[in-house]
Amino acid sequence: MAIETQPERAQGAGGGLPAEGGGGRPWWARPAIHTAIVGAVVGYLLGHALGDYLTGATGAANQYPNVPLSDSEDWPIVLGYTLAIIGWLAGLGVFNDILRQMVGRPISGNGRAHQNSGLARFFRYELDHKVVGIQYLVGMIIYFCTAGLLAMAMRTELLSPVNHVFTSQVYIEIVGEHGTMMMMLMTSVIVGPFGNYLVPIMIGSKRVAFPRIEALSFWLTPMAFLILLSGFMLGGFPFGWTGYAPLSIQATVGADSYAVAFGLMGVSVALAGFNIIVTVICYRAPGMRWGRLPMFVWSMVSTSFLFVLAAPVLFAGMYMLIMDRTAQTAFFEDSLGGSSYLYENVFWFFGHPEVYILALPGFGIVSELIPVFCRKPLFAYKVAGAGMIGVSLLSFFVWQHHLFDSGINPDMRPLFMVTTELISIPTGFIYLVALGTFWKAKIRFRVPMLFCIAMYFNFLIGGISGVYLSDVPADTTEHGSFFVMAHFHYTIMGGLIFAFMAGIYYWLPKMTGIKLNEKLGLWHFWIMFIAFNSTFLPLFAVGDAGQPRRVFEYATNLQGLNDWVSISSYFLGFSILLFVINFVWSTVIVREREVGNPWQSRGLEWQVSSPPPADNFDQIPVVLSSPYDYGVKDAQPVADLHPPAGVVTAAIMSADAARVEA
Amino acid sequence: MAASSAEAASPTARTGPNHGLRIFLIWLPIAVIADWLLYFVYGPHMPPGTMSTSAASQQFDIKVMSVLAAPVFAFVVVYAGYAFIVWRHREGDDTDGPPIYGHARIQATWITISAVIVLCLAAFGTYELGAFGQSSLAGAGAGEGPSPIWKPNGTPLQIQVIAQQWRFTYRYPQYGGFETTALYLPVGQPIQFNVTSIDVIHDFWAYQLGVKADANPGVNNIAYTTVEHTGTFEVRCDELCGLWHGAMFNQGNVVSVAAFQAWAHKTEIKLASVTKMLPAYATSYDPTTIAQLNKAMVKAGIAGANGYYYPPQDPVQP
Ligand SMILES: [Cu+2]
Repeated sequence: MAIETQPERAQGAGGGLPAEGGGGRPWWARPAIHTAIVGAVVGYLLGHALGDYLTGATGAANQYPNVPLSDSEDWPIVLGYTLAIIGWLAGLGVFNDILRQMVGRPISGNGRAHQNSGLARFFRYELDHKVVGIQYLVGMIIYFCTAGLLAMAMRTELLSPVNHVFTSQVYIEIVGEHGTMMMMLMTSVIVGPFGNYLVPIMIGSKRVAFPRIEALSFWLTPMAFLILLSGFMLGGFPFGWTGYAPLSIQATVGADSYAVAFGLMGVSVALAGFNIIVTVICYRAPGMRWGRLPMFVWSMVSTSFLFVLAAPVLFAGMYMLIMDRTAQTAFFEDSLGGSSYLYENVFWFFGHPEVYILALPGFGIVSELIPVFCRKPLFAYKVAGAGMIGVSLLSFFVWQHHLFDSGINPDMRPLFMVTTELISIPTGFIYLVALGTFWKAKIRFRVPMLFCIAMYFNFLIGGISGVYLSDVPADTTEHGSFFVMAHFHYTIMGGLIFAFMAGIYYWLPKMTGIKLNEKLGLWHFWIMFIAFNSTFLPLFAVGDAGQPRRVFEYATNLQGLNDWVSISSYFLGFSILLFVINFVWSTVIVREREVGNPWQSRGLEWQVSSPPPADNFDQIPVVLSSPYDYGVKDAQPVADLHPPAGVVTAAIMSADAARVEA
Repeated sequence: MAASSAEAASPTARTGPNHGLRIFLIWLPIAVIADWLLYFVYGPHMPPGTMSTSAASQQFDIKVMSVLAAPVFAFVVVYAGYAFIVWRHREGDDTDGPPIYGHARIQATWITISAVIVLCLAAFGTYELGAFGQSSLAGAGAGEGPSPIWKPNGTPLQIQVIAQQWRFTYRYPQYGGFETTALYLPVGQPIQFNVTSIDVIHDFWAYQLGVKADANPGVNNIAYTTVEHTGTFEVRCDELCGLWHGAMFNQGNVVSVAAFQAWAHKTEIKLASVTKMLPAYATSYDPTTIAQLNKAMVKAGIAGANGYYYPPQDPVQP
């Protein structure tokens, strides 16, 4: 195994500043978010002009005549977005080192992280994985709150079946923006902040494998977010987050924002996953055997494999969609020889693994946290790991259960029914592990533990309702209805987001040295838990009563339930507001220091100071025992943070020797 | 790891109460009562009712799933609730719990039980599709595409469902191929819906009939059912199809065979002049015929979304 022994020389955690050093130039001339914005605007204008030229809007020959499949405006918009992305990255200085290397000048990334301290580094293309983690954390909270507000707007419209707050045009735009924003950006809600920040520390590494790729993966997310949001200015898109063709080909230019943003996010997660996989395989400290890997790291690895394998399919789908809309190809247009089934297959071949991308990180956090709060080892460690790997493998073989009523391959239905139902076996392992860990434990009901328990409860409902959907006859009633919508909100909002909250309350003292107010945390938890269930539980009934998803109007006899749901959703929004208040209040105003190990965790990440030093560890630690050895008499410390000289080198030599023998 | 824990667990079990038995005794009555309520009390009212064979088969599946789900849900909740009360951290106790790393027999039991449940469910679901020659089940009302493999016995009445933004129209090929927005079905006879679309993907969902089939452009998506009771049912579009997706619905009627025949013959004669303008009946329609279709529809007085809340001129094409 390649264990990094000279991280200082190989790749400091420092930023991508020009070689002249940050101090040489005034702040506004250094690449950061403001130069990126300038780059994006310039890029957009250039791309738009180029597109206008190509489509003949400026008087040049019209090489791509407008045909009914799309608007002639698609070229300028798509090229504008594409060059805006490139301009944004250039403005951030992403290409600086690459260009330097091409012309043979020394690269600048060797600056050390602690020389670039201060708030400004969070607005730069910064290569320290801890900075990227915080950037992701703040970014994800912003994205989540934006999309959450859109959800509340939808529920406001659905207060009445016939009276309207919005026009149907605005409503359908909100539906699409909410769904797409959540589904594309929340893929990284845990991998981004906690995966990038904690995985290297948890495995005893001073760094990640590819700091530039990691930082790039973050800086693509604000661009994806803004491009998607800009769809509102282009008339939005009327096809939800799934973008089924030919509706997505027929739609006006707002659809380009969907395709470009979603495809861009596919690039971002594929890059993020690639970095985490290589980091975990190659950068584990001596003694960090696979059997000692924290469960959270296992979940990050399995999620990352899904990222790397599924996201390219999404990218391909979005690319074909853009080509259909601009270059007038006909991949998905039935009347010209394409097939709308092709889009459905491509989309769900990505889309179903994505559903598990939105579940596995949550499993990882709850499995990581319950031993700490139960004061017991994780029950059946190997089963937990097998569960995650099993889920990620099987997730590639179930996608057609989204198409049970589409008319495609009826003979395949029993097969997809069995694979879908099989996936509940490894998912069930997560519950075996939890229940086994609770057995004779000493359970401490701190805020992170409460969120974990709520996650198990919510995901149980989400998972069991999912089994209904795997059964073709039952699915024929429930497909496309609010039942499905309630089901996946239980798994994603109730599972992933509750786990995310657990992670914030648990790890924020680690990441910032500041602890969140526990009393406000309790209020946040209880309101969020009750309001969440009050919002989504009735939606199972609404769906079973025959209300399809994404409707602007509905049967008048369902108004009572819908109103209950809408009002509950305001309480849910209020609980998120409480969280944001707590977050800002605790980290900006009060700043109560929490430098020790507040949860008495054995995790390796808690053995270093909070926040961790620039290089995570003064020396590469030697891992001595499992992070879950609670209650073991005379348990070894989890790691030797200052191993005697030569131990690490010897470990590397023996690892090399073993490899040679093998 | 797993082996060492078995011994670790047993000595404590001798001294303390038998927690496993207690949890089982709390869980058992809850599970039995929940199942009884779900199957016998709530069961007959479960969606989507029993108006047709496919609706009844879907209701039966939902009932069976619920009967299996309730004990699983109850077990996890009872176990966790018991753990949170009995094994909660007590003030002043700073010791850790027993170091139990696993329990081979419990793990094996859990995996076996979940595998058995899952495989039984898959076999049950396959049976319910009609895969073992149960012709009355006939694909459980789901769209089976252009060449269905689970079919009912006898010659079904064919009804073509044409979806477009944003209305459903119906053609009756066995009655001269007239097209109308009225959906009438005879009771007690197998019915074959040929669902297609002339623009984007829609979904024909006859809720009380338990029929759901995507309307794909250029595709003939076939779904079967046999209606067992007369009455009305709701038809809704169940796949997002643009602006007025929510307004794309209408009502269907199930009437006696004689009443249906009378209605069909009367409508065939009434619409004869419109039917002549229509493109010849086909399982799907080329976009070149759409203008022709629409012209005929205008003559028949059918225009705009079929929603109840909108005057026909409201919806505009995007
Ligand atoms: Cu529709």
